[in-house]
Amino acid sequence: MLHFARWQIVLIVLTIVVGVLAVMPNLMPRSWVEALPGWLPKQRIVLGLDLQGGAYLLYEVDRQDYMEKRLRSLTGEVRQALRTEPRIGYTGLGVVDGGVQVRIRDAAQFQDARERLADLTNPLNQSLFGGGATDEFALSEGSNDMLRLQFSEEGLAQRMRSIVDQSIEVVRRRIDELGTTEPSIQREGEDRILVEAPGGDPEQLKGLVGTTAQLTFHLVDTSMSGEQALSTRPPPGTMVLMTSEDDDLEPLRPYVVEESPLLTGEDLVDAQPSFQQQTNEPVVSFRLTTSGARRFGEVTTRNVGRPFAIVLDDEVISAPVIREPITGGSGQISGSFTVQGANDLSILLRAGALPAALTLVEERTVGPGLGADSIAAGEMAAIVAAVLVALSMILVYGLFGVFANIALITNIVLLMGLLSLLGATLTLPGIAGIVLTMGMAVDANVLIYERIREEGRAGRTPILAIDTGFSRAFATILDANVTTLIAAVILFQLGSGPIRGFAVTLAIGILTTVFTAFLFTRLLVALWVRRRRPTAVPV
Amino acid sequence: MKLLSLPSDTSIPFMRYRVAAVGTSLVLCVVSIVLFLVVGMNYGIDFRGGTMVELRFEEPVNIGQLRSDVGDLNLGDVQIVEFGDPTDVMIRIEEQPGGEAAQQRGIILLRDLFGEMADFRRVEVVGPRVSGELARAGAIAVIVSLLAIMAYIWLRFEWHFAVGAVLTTLHDVILTIGLFSATQIEFNLTSIAAVLTIVGYSLNDTVVVYDRVRENLRRYKRMTMPHLLDLSINQMLSRTLMTSITTLLALIALFIFGGEVIRSFTFAMIWGIVVGTFSSIFIAAPLLITLGLRPGRVSASDKDDAGSGGGETETQPA
Repeated sequence: MLHFARWQIVLIVLTIVVGVLAVMPNLMPRSWVEALPGWLPKQRIVLGLDLQGGAYLLYEVDRQDYMEKRLRSLTGEVRQALRTEPRIGYTGLGVVDGGVQVRIRDAAQFQDARERLADLTNPLNQSLFGGGATDEFALSEGSNDMLRLQFSEEGLAQRMRSIVDQSIEVVRRRIDELGTTEPSIQREGEDRILVEAPGGDPEQLKGLVGTTAQLTFHLVDTSMSGEQALSTRPPPGTMVLMTSEDDDLEPLRPYVVEESPLLTGEDLVDAQPSFQQQTNEPVVSFRLTTSGARRFGEVTTRNVGRPFAIVLDDEVISAPVIREPITGGSGQISGSFTVQGANDLSILLRAGALPAALTLVEERTVGPGLGADSIAAGEMAAIVAAVLVALSMILVYGLFGVFANIALITNIVLLMGLLSLLGATLTLPGIAGIVLTMGMAVDANVLIYERIREEGRAGRTPILAIDTGFSRAFATILDANVTTLIAAVILFQLGSGPIRGFAVTLAIGILTTVFTAFLFTRLLVALWVRRRRPTAVPV
Repeated sequence: MKLLSLPSDTSIPFMRYRVAAVGTSLVLCVVSIVLFLVVGMNYGIDFRGGTMVELRFEEPVNIGQLRSDVGDLNLGDVQIVEFGDPTDVMIRIEEQPGGEAAQQRGIILLRDLFGEMADFRRVEVVGPRVSGELARAGAIAVIVSLLAIMAYIWLRFEWHFAVGAVLTTLHDVILTIGLFSATQIEFNLTSIAAVLTIVGYSLNDTVVVYDRVRENLRRYKRMTMPHLLDLSINQMLSRTLMTSITTLLALIALFIFGGEVIRSFTFAMIWGIVVGTFSSIFIAAPLLITLGLRPGRVSASDKDDAGSGGGETETQPA
């Protein structure tokens, strides 16, 4: 046990050197790190959001919202399909129980109607190996010449997957516009998106990510006032929308607008915050695509004098009157914005709308002040703990306590080095994990030393006692640490954010502990034995 | 060379007190379970849903005034406590009715109220669905880890040891839950981490003692169980104490200097170390007697403690 081959010594020393090199970037200013030669590790330990401040936001794609929207547009498609010549008479078209259904008036036309609706089942592209295509909707027949289009289970699931992907893309574009450093945006489970962004203003971030930002322009129907439409029924093909809720200046006002939009956010090529010249009020200027500009030009030419509504997420932002044809393909949206409001809306419009609403289901934000305090507290605790543990080891084991302390320092260096190399995130519970590791790391040394003592008392020669002490303690150390490792791994599986950080440091701490206690301490002791040839059991 | 020495070569008759020790433990366990059932735990928002905000005001605050201000917001059950400093408060708001989308209400109202005069150092909002999932995941984690550890010990030892280790660990978990119920310290995800770490530590301790028991069972085939257990515990006593002391020192440093955020975590850990150390001596060992383990039952061929395998190295000169 006390014999080391040269290559073993080399390996142990090499491991420690790598550990030291890996820790170095954390202790140097950034400019030095960049100046390091290419073969040296440059990664630093990533600080968790709880240490550097930032936001952890978990969103869920609102399945219900998506289904409602999709069914609404499907209703329009059905209407369109049945109205194309030769027209098919129908009644009772609408959304019922999560599907669109319609009754065909003339039984003679039923087959024709069926074929037309079958075209709307919308085959989705399957993956490369997926085999046959799945339809988004399933068409079924009911009694009394009823036709019904309903989401197919697989179709909806596939649709949701692509919606989550698209949403991630949109969210990424929006956050990139904000210029936050290193945000992480990833899928969580089936229909969730996790946004982790260090620093920045969490409220602004939430506003940007959580807004659907579906911009539409609708002509306002002036045949009926909004209040009237609310109390009775809006004319067919129109709907009632209210003004924006956050608008403190005016009470909510209803508008009757045409259901099908003139333009949508997709017709925009650019949006920028600016100021209106006369009033100096913040506005959002936009430019339209060529086809959007042509359509807008035609409509405004035909409807001079009529108001149109600019609608964001089903709320009317403003409803200006068309004074003259707008053919230039650009315009302004005003709506009592603040400067930041105009800026945020431009970002949203540039990045595009979310395909479905996102609901915030979990939020954890930490301000930069608390993060800095936590780091300071963690450092202080770590230093005090290290001093206390080191002192008690020296008090109890003397020279071998010094060996244990050298091993302990090596252990912490290796632990930090591995954390840097793996790019693991250090959280406040993670620091607690390191401090705990310090306390428990010496356990391995204690087990060995106590065993050496015992073997010495049993009458073995010092060298034999040391040798036996190491070998006998090993199985115990292994068993004891594997059990803790199991707990750490399961914690990692369960955990989110900070807890994961704890599990990671605990698990890595166990590995480095076994290494330092069993190989490094043994090497130190072996070198000492070789030099001193002790005549009494030294512990 | 050494300034302090730990007790060595002791022969404390631990097993003589085993009835008293196990009895006390049983009573404490029952008390813990009753507390858990009657008083219940103070679950944090991780498991119950709701909003938690940590605020730092510019000046020391009057908590009574804050309570009435926040009470006027009609947010249901609200808890407000000082958090470390007189300028710092923690506000906890229960889950708002109306599903996931309604949960932002509390934080919006609080920002309206305090946005000007306080720094929002920490904000956590957990919706009803996530809190349900976290609670389930937490419970599963504790159970799965107990099973996994039992499986590992079963592989390495006789079944008596596996069952004994799990019962001992269960004892520690129950007492830790008792602590949370008795003190009403918030029980959240971090507490689950604390419980699992206690599980790991307590097992570590138990395994070390069991390891020695197994070794002694092979060596002293004719010793009575209580004697053999006393011998094993005494042999390991200085180690058990030393490790507990160093771990406790580290934890006390964390408790004092580590800040308010992890204080409840450290507090639970300190309790866990004390309980775990106690149980590895007074619960784990007697359980082996109760479970019917006898000297001579462990044969050399049976699940040997492989690894470094004691014997061979003795013949090898250093």
